Amino acid sequence: MRWVTAQPQRSRGLMLGVLPLLVLALAYIIAAAARHAENPADKILPLPGAMAAAMAGLVFEPDPLSGQYLFWADTLASLWRLGAGLGIATLSALVVGLVLGTLPPVRSTLGPLVTAIAVVPPIALLPILFIVFGLGETAKVALIVVGVAPFMIRDVAGHIGALPREQVIKALTLGANSWGVMLRVALPQAMPRLIEALRLSLGPAWVFLISAEAIAADVGLGYRIFLVRRYLAMDVILPYVVWIALLAVVMDFALTQASRRLFGWAHAGAH
Amino acid sequence: MLTLRNVWVEYGDKVVLERISLDIAKGSFVSIIGPSGAGKSSLLRLILGQEQPTRGRISLDGALLPEECGPDRGVVFQRYSVFPHLTVLGNVLLGLEFGASPFTARLFGSARRAARAEAEAMLEQVGLADSAQLYPAQMSGGMQQRLAIAQALIKRPRILLLDEPFGALDPGIRADMHTLITRLWREHGLTIIMVTHDIKEAFSLGTRVLTLDKRRHDPHAPHRYGAGVVYDLELTRKQAVSDETEAAEMAAGIAAAGITIDTVGNN
Repeated sequence: MRWVTAQPQRSRGLMLGVLPLLVLALAYIIAAAARHAENPADKILPLPGAMAAAMAGLVFEPDPLSGQYLFWADTLASLWRLGAGLGIATLSALVVGLVLGTLPPVRSTLGPLVTAIAVVPPIALLPILFIVFGLGETAKVALIVVGVAPFMIRDVAGHIGALPREQVIKALTLGANSWGVMLRVALPQAMPRLIEALRLSLGPAWVFLISAEAIAADVGLGYRIFLVRRYLAMDVILPYVVWIALLAVVMDFALTQASRRLFGWAHAGAH
Repeated sequence: MLTLRNVWVEYGDKVVLERISLDIAKGSFVSIIGPSGAGKSSLLRLILGQEQPTRGRISLDGALLPEECGPDRGVVFQRYSVFPHLTVLGNVLLGLEFGASPFTARLFGSARRAARAEAEAMLEQVGLADSAQLYPAQMSGGMQQRLAIAQALIKRPRILLLDEPFGALDPGIRADMHTLITRLWREHGLTIIMVTHDIKEAFSLGTRVLTLDKRRHDPHAPHRYGAGVVYDLELTRKQAVSDETEAAEMAAGIAAAGITIDTVGNN
């Protein structure tokens, strides 16, 4: 048996995947215990108990100042911004990508513009967004949209543009007009790719969200992390990071499953 | 029915087809053969409306051919003829839906039920009645081509164009497909124009075989002369097996006459 052909069974594959995570957790606990043996007041690598205690305050007890459950308020605010940003980006990617991909004259007209916007680093635009939209929610959502939409548009348009020419010709011989080709040929075949593009945009979207929250916000996961950094509160930062990772994994998984369920034809060759 | 008068196709200064004049009768089965690069597919694309002639005119029943593809000319390509995101039934229904509703391209209620019955009847004819709910990716190449034929025929095209439709199939499947297309041609009274690499297929299926090749050759500027029709053979329609062998003999004859026909797919 060679390594390149060794195909672990499903249950064993799962176990193999969990192993590195356990090793990482164990290594952390050993390192934290070692530091605490030298200095019981160490803040850099808090023990799990300290993290649980710090988080319990944020999760279960209302903040004395605002009366909010901070952890949930942060999560809700961040997810709302992320959802709004990704929602707008996805919708624009679908509409613009579809038109760009199906209609060559539009591609010639708007393609260079989309490319030009896509190569500008979004964080460089953040000050402009703050100046234009103020420090409220709009600027944060706008940063996510500006950050991920151009990539998604180009991805979807490219995918549609690469559909075999024969399909368009065939649709025309079946009596379709340009609108019909977009609606019944290009749109359905763009959907699985759109979900894939959205999935790949989750990472950058989180980066833009945390950046915007770090700079100007009064609530949000990124805001909290950067706030408690001033007190070296690793017992809050680390659980928050794990929570963000967990949210990202769940979103990724949900999108993969949705694509498989809704667009089974696109995954027919995968299993 | 279909008339080409002094048709030329040029890409820049490269001449692909020159002086093509043809009359194709209703109900004929025309096979087009010729070496790679002789413009077989270009000729098909002209008739399809995907490309326009540089010179000359093409008319269908006396009316000039519109400069775009339309439902009066159906097509089956070698590959990518069917839509991967639709089931077999959906693929056949699509033509009826495009025709009936230009805005939503969908049918509802009793109109949909009627279209569905029509589509199922068509699938029955090509032997895919039991596969109506499959997606193309779950089917073999032969089944996909059957579907492509059903999909094209549901629009009742005046002319059916086949671009190497059986080129990617196994020999056994190919024989089945020959039987199928011959039967459909007879039953529906179709007019078929087929481009092929297979000389035997061209003779056994066609009622007329056109051979495209360059009539003249300039060694210093080979691209300046285009291909024309060098052989135009009318075959009296064969009915029985004995004629198949006759066709094979004719094919051997034409091959011996020094025409090079490549058997390697070129597109």
